[in-house]
Amino acid sequence: MSATPKALNDLVGAPRRAAAAAVAPRVARAKWVGVVPPVLLLLLAELAVKAGWVSANLLPAPSDVVQTLVALGPQDLLRHMLASTGRVASGFALGAGLGLLLGAVVGLSRRSEDLLNPTFQALRAIPSLAWVPLLLLWLGIDEASKVVLIAIGAFFPVYMGVSSGFRDVDRKLIEVGQMYGLGSVALVRRVLLPAALPPILTGLRNGLSLSWMFMVAAELIAATHGLGYLLTDGRETSRADIVLAAIFLLALLGQVSDTAMQRLEQRLLRWRDTLDTRRA
Amino acid sequence: MTTLLDVHIRTKFYGDHRVLGRVDIALQQGEVVSLVGASGCGKSTLLRIVSGLERDFLGEVRLAGQVLDGRSADIGYIFQEPRLFPWLSVADNVAFGADPRQPDPERVAELLAEVGLAGLGTALPKQLSGGQAQRAAIARGLYTRPRVLLLDEPFSAVDAFTRMKLQDLLTRIAQHHGITVLLVTHDIEEAVYLSDRVLVLDANPGTVREDIPVPLYRPRERLDDDLTAARAQVLGALHTVHAL
Repeated sequence: MSATPKALNDLVGAPRRAAAAAVAPRVARAKWVGVVPPVLLLLLAELAVKAGWVSANLLPAPSDVVQTLVALGPQDLLRHMLASTGRVASGFALGAGLGLLLGAVVGLSRRSEDLLNPTFQALRAIPSLAWVPLLLLWLGIDEASKVVLIAIGAFFPVYMGVSSGFRDVDRKLIEVGQMYGLGSVALVRRVLLPAALPPILTGLRNGLSLSWMFMVAAELIAATHGLGYLLTDGRETSRADIVLAAIFLLALLGQVSDTAMQRLEQRLLRWRDTLDTRRA
Repeated sequence: MTTLLDVHIRTKFYGDHRVLGRVDIALQQGEVVSLVGASGCGKSTLLRIVSGLERDFLGEVRLAGQVLDGRSADIGYIFQEPRLFPWLSVADNVAFGADPRQPDPERVAELLAEVGLAGLGTALPKQLSGGQAQRAAIARGLYTRPRVLLLDEPFSAVDAFTRMKLQDLLTRIAQHHGITVLLVTHDIEEAVYLSDRVLVLDANPGTVREDIPVPLYRPRERLDDDLTAARAQVLGALHTVHAL
């Protein structure tokens, strides 16, 4: 009979080992392979232009784009990048701040949810760019309309993340808090907020990436500096190299801010028991 | 022996459904009492009423003669699941009932050692096994020095070996701290092994049908003849209330 437990163990053990292999961190996981496709694409583009397969007017060689960046000069580039980053920062701060506040109010109180949530859901259904003409009429073509447009873009993901985050906190954990006699403020601070943190951070991260998108939209419409202006400028002067240079800078800034958010997320949510934290 | 916990419930409704009828239970200081009965007979509701989590009922709960108004720091509650806060370390979970500005690391270490989790204070709940997590939950329940500990099927989610160990742990802790225990369980063996009395509940509405004493000294032997006899008695009572 001694064979039976072993056979059983083999039966049970095999899938478990397979699952463990899928979840466990692989030794020396080669993360650098991710750079292979973009590098290949860049080399291909360079070759295509230099060999004359594609017109350099339409697709400038990557080396030309680098030269354009150099030619624009660090001072000019920095000015454009700072202008765009500043708009994103203030628009995101405004939109995310309101999203956090109103999301918390709606997520924590059933009565305010009934009162406010239908309105916000209706507003959310409006494609945010539809606000542009109204914003231009009301606020003019200066900074205010751009910042407000970015704020609208940032608001909804944050609002959704915060309100649903609070609403979906496990009742069982709330009960534990109540069992220890926590008042409503302590309950929010010690139970609801940490429990709702994952969706809140997801909302903030989505809000930030939407802020970059809306910044470009705002600057495409009317701007005298900023990366969106650089895009328009490149199109108007038929300089695809400038357009590509601006796209490259946008990608860079977006990536930097998203990576920062991701780091923050990983750090604050180390306690989570998910596939992701097991891999880390 | 003095009565520590005095429960008088006249009725408890959930909507139109009368979950509990007249229930009178008195627990002596240091007594361990189990509630058994069919699912849906109101055992857990009864426990929630005593804990103060459920306040919408007719009747009263007295602790050492004082009528309780909602939750009391003298009553600890251990849930069916460990319900640890996943973002807090094990030690912070144990000290959750403390004033967050002045936790008592020594008491935490003491309790962790007592429940067999010494050295795991800095671990996160996700690193614990099911049995370890329930041990941490027991330590958390003890931290505030409750006089009464309520347990709602606390060992139903762990394997049989872990369950036996946790049962012995509970007995040890109840004796060591002189805690009065009211336990809801589905496991007749567990009820008989742990308790001084087993209360068999009838359903629709929930009332105490039988009060079966288990007058045995501790530590008990799981295979003791008297335990087997008490077990038969509980089984018989469950048959009369059609729980089986």
